[in-house]
Amino acid sequence: MKSIADIKAIRDKMKGQINLRDNKDAEQEIRIVVGMATCGISAGARPVFNAFVDDVASRQLRNVKVTRTGCMGMCALEPIVEVHIPGEDPVTYVHVDPDKVRKIVANHIVNGNVCTEYLIGEERK
Amino acid sequence: MRELALNILDIAENSVKAGATLVCISVRAERGLLTIEIADDGCGMDAEFLKRVTDPFTTTRTTRKVGMGIPLFKMAAEMAGGTFRIESEKGKGTTVRATFELDHIDRAPLGDLADTVVTLIGGGCKSDFRFEIGTEKGCFEFDTRELKAELDGVDISEPDVLVFVRDMIKENLMDIGGERL
Ligand SMILES: Nc1ncnc2c1ncn2[C@@H]1O[C@H](COP(=O)(O)OP(=O)(O)O)[C@@H](O)[C@H]1O
Ligand code: FES
Ligand SMILES: [Mg+2]
Repeated sequence: MKSIADIKAIRDKMKGQINLRDNKDAEQEIRIVVGMATCGISAGARPVFNAFVDDVASRQLRNVKVTRTGCMGMCALEPIVEVHIPGEDPVTYVHVDPDKVRKIVANHIVNGNVCTEYLIGEERK
Repeated sequence: MRELALNILDIAENSVKAGATLVCISVRAERGLLTIEIADDGCGMDAEFLKRVTDPFTTTRTTRKVGMGIPLFKMAAEMAGGTFRIESEKGKGTTVRATFELDHIDRAPLGDLADTVVTLIGGGCKSDFRFEIGTEKGCFEFDTRELKAELDGVDISEPDVLVFVRDMIKENLMDIGGERL
């Protein structure tokens, strides 16, 4: 059974990569922010957060941070996700679910194409 | 909320917002009772505000906005034949404790505690967390301070680290029957 001590292998792998990253592009971090107020949680923000973590880990995207925040001010549109890419305007996705997460990562985070169908006012049901 | 683990996430978020340096979360299932406790050393609340926070509908005219997180957790406990208590002291911290009859028909399942842990410890928040999960088959503890010591500077919210922690918690929960609560 895994224990905390088993993290060592992952730590050593990360350390090598982090050194490379620090030298190159410390400012180039992409931030994904998931709203995690009561309304967000009950609308499904936790599986959305975890889907981002899984996708970013399995694609080994080294400059992407998944973070959470509280109230995003639009309960009816939760789960809400903001994507911050350095040098670009932040993008807000609404009614996000794990399937949409995979598309947001593939199309927007990896390939730079905003998923316009998940923006406010564009969501189809 | 469909799962008590979602309530735990929501209540522990209050602790993070309250600036807690340490949040202790304990889940125990023994002798027919499920007990969930979330204790923090955050900013706390004064007695008058505390009363309003627990009963937003029975108290008169709220001057400050109060949310639904605490009332929802209280309702979940009382629906399941349990009890709810919140203690808080300004400047010291807050402890929320709810009990549930394990076999009560209206008790929500505990749900995915591993996902709740990952969401709490990831996401770039500064608080440390200590988790204790106990059943009649055994007990499992996890402390982010110990994990951070092993990580030696690597960020705890790196997705690779979080995936590892989720798997570790799942395995340990399975071992004590905690995934079926
Ligand atoms: N652990 C805590 N420490 C300090 N203040 C708290 C804590 N938990 C709740 N509060 C206060 O009670 C309020 C209501 O909490 P809650 O019912 O969870 O709704 P919300 O978080 O949406 O405001 C919070 O906004 C906060 O002011
Ligand atoms: S309380 Fe729902 S978005 Fe703020
Ligand atoms: Mg709350």
